[in-house]
Amino acid sequence: MSFWRQALAVAHKDVVAELRSREIITSVLVFAVLVLVIFNFAFTADVATMTLIAPGVLWVAFAFAGVLALNRTFIPEKEEGCLEGLLACPAEREAIYLGKMLGTLFFLLLVEAVVLPIFALLFNINVFQIEILAVTALGTIGFTAIGTVFAALAVNTRAREMVLPILFLPIVSPVIIAVVESSALALDGGGFSDMAVWLIILISFDVIFLTVPFLVFSYVIEE
Amino acid sequence: MNSLSSPAIEARGLVKSFGNTKVLRGLNFRVGKGVTLAIFGPNGAGKTTLIKTLASVMRPTSGQVFIDGLDLKEHAQEARGHLGLVSHQSYLYGALSAEENLVFYGRMYGVAEPRERTREILSLVGLTARRHDRAATFSRGMLQRLSLGRALIHKPSILMLDEPETGLDPQALASMWDILRHDAPSRTIIFTSHNFERALAVANEAIVLGRGKIAWSAQGDVLTLTSLSEAYVHTTGEHP
Repeated sequence: MSFWRQALAVAHKDVVAELRSREIITSVLVFAVLVLVIFNFAFTADVATMTLIAPGVLWVAFAFAGVLALNRTFIPEKEEGCLEGLLACPAEREAIYLGKMLGTLFFLLLVEAVVLPIFALLFNINVFQIEILAVTALGTIGFTAIGTVFAALAVNTRAREMVLPILFLPIVSPVIIAVVESSALALDGGGFSDMAVWLIILISFDVIFLTVPFLVFSYVIEE
Repeated sequence: MNSLSSPAIEARGLVKSFGNTKVLRGLNFRVGKGVTLAIFGPNGAGKTTLIKTLASVMRPTSGQVFIDGLDLKEHAQEARGHLGLVSHQSYLYGALSAEENLVFYGRMYGVAEPRERTREILSLVGLTARRHDRAATFSRGMLQRLSLGRALIHKPSILMLDEPETGLDPQALASMWDILRHDAPSRTIIFTSHNFERALAVANEAIVLGRGKIAWSAQGDVLTLTSLSEAYVHTTGEHP
């Protein structure tokens, strides 16, 4: 009980602080929309070709915007010296992880909820299909789950903004590939059964990325 | 330290290294319950490292620490519930109000009624009128009082303060010790300091750290400003 209470306290604290400062949401949103606008001008193809490249474009925006968000997950804690304050609490390190992960997941899902209609408008593609929304949510969960661990790892390094994408993006690439391939199939008119293989890969990596942090986070967050 | 009373804190062969640099070199000491212990030492002596290691924010390289009899290696999480820590940094979130900060830490420390306890603490540290203001708008003295409130939110049996007088005027400092005496006179307190006179006004035991070792310790009648000053110069080679 106290595990969830502490995890939700961390997530709630992050959400309240972020809704006041809007540091993460604003920068991530602006970045993601800029990427979409640039790609929209870069590619002037027919609808069929756009449908092919659209999932990739969308996840380039989500992935790099997501790295920005993850970079800010622990930096404010470090800058305000609050990370030590959290470590001094009688909380399981995994509860701190879960709280930070849930907070970042909330921000990314919020950003995606704004970016998806803009994407649909710019690329004239209907992304509001249950298949695409489901794989986007699954991809975001896997991305955030393992990304939060790498964000904690990077925060104690000097070149933390560079360390995170270099370490994290190769690890999370199976999730991104699975989401892009699943989304492409969905845009091509396929259903969940058509994307079964990619869905299995995606869900498997989600499970792994949600399990590994519970085994390693205490070693990562403590010096 | 006081070997007669059962210890609130006990360190056995405590070593803490950063890379090849040994900051704490095999410390052995006991702090009895209800004792107010002042830790002195020049910069780099290991005072902050000692406080953070005892508070289980840092892991010892070797050796053992017991908090109220709980071995930090095996029961760190439970032991943390016995400790309150006031550091150089306030551990407060600037974007949150005083009340929100305390409620958050109340939840993290497993306080049963965090909002009610927050009201008590805000009253104790004299910040009830500013409870809705963000911590970022607070002066250094107010932040220190709020930080003290944060450390007391779960009624810890042991309080650790790392140079609590930094940035505080004498009036604010006196107010801080008044708050501590009023909240729980029998609490074990460990604090680091550079100011002998002010520290001895509240401490009943003292140690001097020199190069990661306990160079001198005293309690009771032996602990005077003169004995401390002489020991400090003699053991550290530096003037206070």
